[in-house]
Amino acid sequence: MDFDLTEEQRMFRQTVREFAKTEIAPHVEELDRAGEFPYEIQEKMADLGIFGLPFPEEYGGTGADLVTYALSVEEISRVSASLGITISAHTSLGALLVYLNGTEEQKQEWLVPMAQGKMLGAFGLTEPEAGSDAGATKTTAALDGDEWVINGTKCFITNSGTRISKMVTITAVTGDRAGKKEISNIIVPHGTPGFTVSPPYRKMGWHISDTHELSFNDCRVPADNLLGDRGAGLKTFLKVLDCGRIGVAALSVGLAQACLDEAVKYAKQRQQFGQPIGKFEAISFRCADMLVEVELARLMTLKAAWLYDREEPYSKEASMAKLFASETAMRAASAAVQIHGGYGYIEDYPVCRYFRDAKILEIGEGTSEVQRLILARNLGL
Amino acid sequence: MNVVVCVKQVPDTSDPDTEVHIDSSGRDVERSKFSFVINDADNYAVEEAILLKEKHGGEVTVVNIGPETANQVIRMALAKGGDKAIRLEDEKFEFSDAVCTARLLASAIKDIEYDIVMTGCIATDDGYTATGVALGQVLGLPHAAYVKSVEVVEEGKLKVGRELEGGIMEMLEIQTPCVLTIQTGINEPRYASFKGIRAASKKEIKLMDLAATGLSEDEAGEAGSKSVMVQYSVPEVGELAEMLEGDAAETSGKLAGILKEKGLV
Ligand SMILES: Cc1cc2nc3c(=O)[nH]c(=O)nc-3n(C[C@H](O)[C@H](O)[C@H](O)COP(=O)(O)OP(=O)(O)OC[C@H]3O[C@@H](n4cnc5c(N)ncnc54)[C@H](O)[C@@H]3O)c2cc1C
Repeated sequence: MDFDLTEEQRMFRQTVREFAKTEIAPHVEELDRAGEFPYEIQEKMADLGIFGLPFPEEYGGTGADLVTYALSVEEISRVSASLGITISAHTSLGALLVYLNGTEEQKQEWLVPMAQGKMLGAFGLTEPEAGSDAGATKTTAALDGDEWVINGTKCFITNSGTRISKMVTITAVTGDRAGKKEISNIIVPHGTPGFTVSPPYRKMGWHISDTHELSFNDCRVPADNLLGDRGAGLKTFLKVLDCGRIGVAALSVGLAQACLDEAVKYAKQRQQFGQPIGKFEAISFRCADMLVEVELARLMTLKAAWLYDREEPYSKEASMAKLFASETAMRAASAAVQIHGGYGYIEDYPVCRYFRDAKILEIGEGTSEVQRLILARNLGL
Repeated sequence: MNVVVCVKQVPDTSDPDTEVHIDSSGRDVERSKFSFVINDADNYAVEEAILLKEKHGGEVTVVNIGPETANQVIRMALAKGGDKAIRLEDEKFEFSDAVCTARLLASAIKDIEYDIVMTGCIATDDGYTATGVALGQVLGLPHAAYVKSVEVVEEGKLKVGRELEGGIMEMLEIQTPCVLTIQTGINEPRYASFKGIRAASKKEIKLMDLAATGLSEDEAGEAGSKSVMVQYSVPEVGELAEMLEGDAAETSGKLAGILKEKGLV
C-alpha cells in the first residue's frame, strides 16, 4: 500500500494550484457575475494541457494518468466549480467517449482538437423525459441511405453552445431489437441543418459553465457518424459516466476544500462576544468535521482514479466517491455559509457562490438517489 | 550563453492570512504548518535564465542549498527548462550568513562554465538582499542588483537595467561573466508543462556535502559566519500603539473614527 503521489503528480498539482491562484482566482467573482464563458482562461488552461490530461500524446493529449486528472480538477474547482465541470464534462464524458469508441478517423477528427483544448467535448444523454431513467431516450435516428435522420430533444447539455463547441455526442434510438429499443451513439456536428442550440439556461450556480437545450429536427448526419457499435450506445454511455463520476467527485472535493478554507479563515477573524467565533466549540467542531469529510472524500476519489489507472474495475468506487464527495461538498457549503452568518448570504463573500455551486453536484451525472440505487444493487438488494 | 541560477526554497507566505510562529529553539519558525515554494524573485531569475537560453542557446544550471524537500523547487526549475542541477546539503551549512552562503554557492559554481550567475534580489523569508551581491564578491565578478532587464549586446557584454526609486531605470553595460540579482516583474514566469515535469524527473540533481565543496568546517555554517542570527522575537505591543481588532470592514471603520477624533482628517 502506498498513499504517496508520484513526484510527477505532485508537481503537476502544484502547477495547476499556482495557475488557478494566479490566472483564475482574481477574475472569478467578476466572471461569475457576468455569467459568460471565460474563453481567455479556457485557452490558458488548454496551453497547460488540462483539456487532454488522460489521453495519449499521439491524439493531442497530455499523456497523464487519471490520478493527475483528478488532482487537476480538484485544484481548478477549489477556485471555480464552473471551470471544474467544464473540464470534467469535456474530458471524462465528451472526449473519453470518442477515445474509447471512436474509429481512427473519428479520433483524428474530433479527439485531437478536443485533447488540445481547441474544442470542447459535450455529451448528450439527458432528455426532458429521460433523466435518471436514461434508457427512456425518445430521440430517434433513422438510417436513410447513407445518412442518419435525427429527431428529438436533449436537455441540460454542458459545453454545448460555446464558440469552441463543435459537436455533441448523443444517444438515440436507432431501431428495435427483439422488441427492445436499440440505442446507439451518434456524433452531431454543430451547424448541421436541423440542429438547434437554445439560449443558455439561467442556473442557480455554475454561472460560467455553458449549458443548453439541444433540439434535432430532421437533422441529417453521415452514417459514418455512428460512434461505436450500433446498439451499444447506452452501455458505452454508462461506462463513460463511471469515469465522469470520478471527475464530479474531484470537483466536489475541490469545492468542499474551498468551503473549509474560507470557513476556517472567517472563524479566526470574526469576533463575537469578545472572541473569535472559532473559539466556540460549535464552530470549531464543525470545521473539524469538515476537515475529516474532505479528506475522506479525497481518498475515495483518488482511489477510484487509481483503480482506473491500474485498469481494474472502478465503477462501484467511482459511484461511492461521487455520492460521498458531492454530499460532503453540499454539507461543507452549508456549514461554511452558516459559519459566515448573514455575510455568507451576501455575494461579496465567496462561500455564497460555493453554496450555489454545490447543489448540482448531488444531481448531475447520476443523482444521489441513483448512486444509492447502483450501490444497493451492488449489494444484491 | 550558459547561466547558473541560484534558487532558495522558502515558506509560502503569499496568503496574507499566513500565521508565522517561532519554534521552541527561538532560532527558527514552526515549519510543519507551511507549504514550501520557490522564493518569488528566484522564480523570475529562473525564467530569465531560460529565456536567455532559448534566445542564445547554452545551458541553465540550477543551484540550491537546502534539504531534500528542496528538490521540489529544483525539479520545477528543471521542468521549466533547466538542464542540470546541484543541491548542497550538510548539517554544517546551518546558520550560514549571507557571505558564508555565497561562499558555499561559489564552491559549487566555480567548476561550471558560465556567462551569468543569477539569483533573486531578495528572499521572502529572511529578506537579506545580500547573498547575490556577496556571491559577486566571492567569485570576484562584476555584479548588478535589482535587475529589471537583461540584453546581450555582444559576446562578453550585457546591457542590464536596474530599477531605482521612483521608477527610474539605470542602464549599465556589464562584462560577462557576471552576477545579476533579479527583481520580480522582469518577465512573466511560465508554468511547467506536463511534458517538462516528466522530463525533469529523469534529470540528475548532483548532491554536494561539505567535503565535496572543498571548504573547511570553519568556512561553513555558523563557524564560517561573521554575523549570526541569535533569536527571533515578536515585538511587544508598545503603549502608544493601539491594535485594532476585527475584520477589514470593522477596523477601517474604527480607524476612520480615530483619525477624525484626533482631527487628522
Ligand atoms: C447544470 C447541469 C448540467 C448538466 N449537464 C449534463 C450533460 O452534460 N449531459 C447530460 O446528459 N446531462 C446533463 N445534466 C443532466 C443531469 O445529469 C440530470 O439532471 C440528472 O441525471 C437527473 O435527471 P432529471 O433532471 O431528469 O431528474 P429525474 O430523473 O426526473 O429525478 C427527479 C428526482 O427523482 C429521483 N429519482 C428518479 N428515479 C429514482 C429512482 N428510481 N429511485 C429513487 N429516486 C429516483 C431523482 O434522484 C431526483 O431526486 C445536467 C444537469 C444540470 C442541471
